[in-house]
Amino acid sequence: MARIEIREETCTGCGACVPACPFGAISVSSSSGLAIIDPDRCNLCGACEESCPFEAIIIRKGSGQGTPDSGSYRGILVVGEQREGVVDHSTLELLGAARRLSEADGSVVSVLLMTAQPGEWPSRLIAGGADVVLLAEHPCFSHYLTEPCARLLEKVILTTKPAVVLAAATTTGRDLMPRVAARIDTGLTADCTALEIDGESGLLLQTRPAFGGNIMATILCERTRPQMATVRPRVMKALEPEPGREGRVEKLELEPGDPVSRVELLDFTPLEEGAIDITESETIVSGGRGMKSPESFPMLQELADLLDGSVGASRAAVDAGWVPYPHQVGQTGKTVQPRTYVACGISGAVQHLVGMQSSDRIYAINRDPRAPIFQVCTEGFVGDLFEILPALARELRRRRGEAGS
Amino acid sequence: MRIVVAMKQVPDTTDVRIDEERGTLVREGVPAIMNPFDAYALEEGLRWRDALGWPVIALTMGPPQAMEMLREAVSIGADEALLLSDRAFAGADTWATAHTIASAVEKLGDVAMVLTGKQAIDGDTAQTGPGIAAALDWPQLTFVGRVSEVAGDHVTVERYVEGGCEVLRCPLPALLTILKDANVPRMPSIRGKMKARKMEIPVWGLEELGLEEGEVGLEGSPTRVVRIRTPEMRGGGEIHEGEPEELARLLADRLLGEREPS
Repeated sequence: MARIEIREETCTGCGACVPACPFGAISVSSSSGLAIIDPDRCNLCGACEESCPFEAIIIRKGSGQGTPDSGSYRGILVVGEQREGVVDHSTLELLGAARRLSEADGSVVSVLLMTAQPGEWPSRLIAGGADVVLLAEHPCFSHYLTEPCARLLEKVILTTKPAVVLAAATTTGRDLMPRVAARIDTGLTADCTALEIDGESGLLLQTRPAFGGNIMATILCERTRPQMATVRPRVMKALEPEPGREGRVEKLELEPGDPVSRVELLDFTPLEEGAIDITESETIVSGGRGMKSPESFPMLQELADLLDGSVGASRAAVDAGWVPYPHQVGQTGKTVQPRTYVACGISGAVQHLVGMQSSDRIYAINRDPRAPIFQVCTEGFVGDLFEILPALARELRRRRGEAGS
Repeated sequence: MRIVVAMKQVPDTTDVRIDEERGTLVREGVPAIMNPFDAYALEEGLRWRDALGWPVIALTMGPPQAMEMLREAVSIGADEALLLSDRAFAGADTWATAHTIASAVEKLGDVAMVLTGKQAIDGDTAQTGPGIAAALDWPQLTFVGRVSEVAGDHVTVERYVEGGCEVLRCPLPALLTILKDANVPRMPSIRGKMKARKMEIPVWGLEELGLEEGEVGLEGSPTRVVRIRTPEMRGGGEIHEGEPEELARLLADRLLGEREPS
């Protein structure tokens, strides 16, 4: 059984571990003067292990079962995502990430494309960084359903034995990957924002935000293969397409049982026309608690229109019911990476920052000069947004008018 | 038939702060709460219990103090509760958690639906629900924004995805993960609170579930957290103060200056 130990000979009772524990499981004993751990509260998360300046906290992991022939797993498999035959941008981002990872050991990068209409995509995926395109063409893939895709992915993993499997952390990837990981008894890390190969062990270091973005956790999958991860869209960079790149397409045959799905698609309503996916915008004008009421959001919409952008919101504004959820930016909303992000009345809670801090330029308007948003912005504007925003709209209209005349 | 709501007690992450000097989590005074998304799963269970008469069992895997959250679930309306607790369960990742919960669902038997929240706010993985479905070999419906029908042998839902809304039908038993959009959770009742106080909530450990140490907890977990750190923030830039008109002009310069010439 796994357990945690305090090495009494090295523990000084300094207490550095006490605040590091997210579960309040550590205290410094008044009798021994050493750290003690309450086993009923301890979750063996390892936060304390890192915090101890004296390496006095040790977590011993039990033997456990590993994948028997883990050494024979090689290469990187990207799980492609498509809607109505169009491959999602996230797949190209994953190919970019996979190529960079493969630099460490020359791994082969494959992509699995499950589609009803492949079109030109196999060659575009090769141009985007794939060495091998595993193409499964079948009418059952015209719309994503869990079971046919899970069955095929499982089979591809068991036959091609990749060391790493990556999918986008979209509703599709986050539906498919945990099902497959549980079926083949391997580890899966959700919603990674950084991937790296550990130089020593060759293992995939999978880094992701947790606790609402308050911490970054790096996770390893040591004993089982493949090492699976979903990756947050718009964090990794796609490569410049290289049209003449060499690669091959392998067609996969489906067996009669593969396309069967117990879940049946009765209907699909695409997003209303005009409904904007904010992750596609080059400019986002976002509002937070400082907007004070839903009535002030049309003001942001006007600014967004003037800038050909769209409106975003912090969780506070969405939770208050001022703005619908699809506009939410942050850990529990969308991650955006526009060229310009304007944060209006957003204080800058970590959970918001993790969703927008890779924007090219961030401008923040806030009354409070100490608001954390000012620590991440390109330029900050301290003042009352109810005065600045109308003045900004006038100014933009005036300049647009001049430019247009 | 009955409905299991699989829940999690989590630290209230909106209250979690970082000690700037030490770079560690400040957890003093951070309360343990019912994962907010699970409140919607519970409400969905209660709605269909009210319509169909299938009892709702609130279930969680956690340390002994997770019992408090189960009592809260009973006070809100759950008919029964079950705590999966054993020192060997500690440190479980989503694989080991799903495996343990699936074993409990199997042992309970006669379960028509397992409902969970979309994800838990501490880990934000959204992986345990599909993991439970896979372990049980049940169909799964994730990111469910509306449960429109539960009949004797099937369920119909709306699933919200990036490109729109799917209407899906699936035979029971099935596992569903529920979004906030699905319902408005009810509040605990006085009667429920009294019931919760008195209820004897069973605790199942390794032995009751017939599991081995190697398949639960940290030992049974394929993944391991090896490092925790404070997120890196980009540095702040120049901060302007002054008259609103002046600030607006400056900001307009920046915003228009960046646009491609048209």
